[in-house]
Amino acid sequence: MSEGSFVKPRGGRPEPVQVVKQRRDAALNALVHGVPYIKYLGIEFDRRGDELTAVLPFDDKLIGNPLLPALHGGVTAAFLEVTAIIGLSWASLWEEIESGRIDPQNLVAGNLPRLPKTIDFTVDYLRTGLPRDAYARAKVNRSGRRYASVHVEAWQDNRARAFAQATGHFLMPRLDG
Amino acid sequence: MNKDKMARQFTEAIPHARALAMQIDHLGDGVAEMSMPYDARFIGDPDTGVIHGGAVSALLDTCCGASVVCHPASKGGTATIGLRIDYMRAATPGQRIRTRAECYHVTRSVAFVRATAMDDDSDRPVASATGTFTVESGA
Repeated sequence: MSEGSFVKPRGGRPEPVQVVKQRRDAALNALVHGVPYIKYLGIEFDRRGDELTAVLPFDDKLIGNPLLPALHGGVTAAFLEVTAIIGLSWASLWEEIESGRIDPQNLVAGNLPRLPKTIDFTVDYLRTGLPRDAYARAKVNRSGRRYASVHVEAWQDNRARAFAQATGHFLMPRLDG
Repeated sequence: MNKDKMARQFTEAIPHARALAMQIDHLGDGVAEMSMPYDARFIGDPDTGVIHGGAVSALLDTCCGASVVCHPASKGGTATIGLRIDYMRAATPGQRIRTRAECYHVTRSVAFVRATAMDDDSDRPVASATGTFTVESGA
């Protein structure tokens, strides 16, 4: 099903696909690029409808073991945590944008929502992170008014062979500011 | 090579530890203390300037690894098996993050570690971690 076909007609007519895409991508970019540490690690998000895939392009500064070489365990943890936070924030923003409660123009102008805060984060290192690009997806298992539980998986060449996974609990930002 | 020199080389040879300007402050038997300066590039919350949890995780992971390497039973490098981090509060912007890790038990294959992260107020830790690490069997 093509993007935009879920969108309720505003003013009677469905919006052109490009307008819908642009609005969503602008909102996502504003959310992601507002965080310096995400930029520092070089993480980008690839969006297909409401599904996000985080991409961590390989860089020498991400190496933890120069002999193997392998990604630093801390980089892997950070990548998973960033994916979880953005995934969680995006899931709630998506609802707000699609229902019209939030105007994406506001987000682009810098009025970004507060991000969820990590309460705890547990990383399971399954295999060595190789010196190449890594990908990750988050699954929000529960998102309540105050607390959320998120699971994240990261892989490299082969989607079925995750090199790390994590589960974390997050404190949701208060809606009243 | 003595443990002290080995652990120093171990961390200073790590590109990501260098990238975050991590430094070793103290090494003992199965104990490591490391710190990292505040840096605007590592901000996770643009509204408050608080460092991203991921950067604190990277320091905790490295410090835990260093404590394993300088444990008397260790013979070489190590890799993280599992790491859990509890974030108690936001680190104060502008202050160094300091971590202390203790490798409190080692078997033939697994090292068990706990660690704490602090800013200038050492009485109220920023985060705590528990982790399991591999133990190298050979030279």
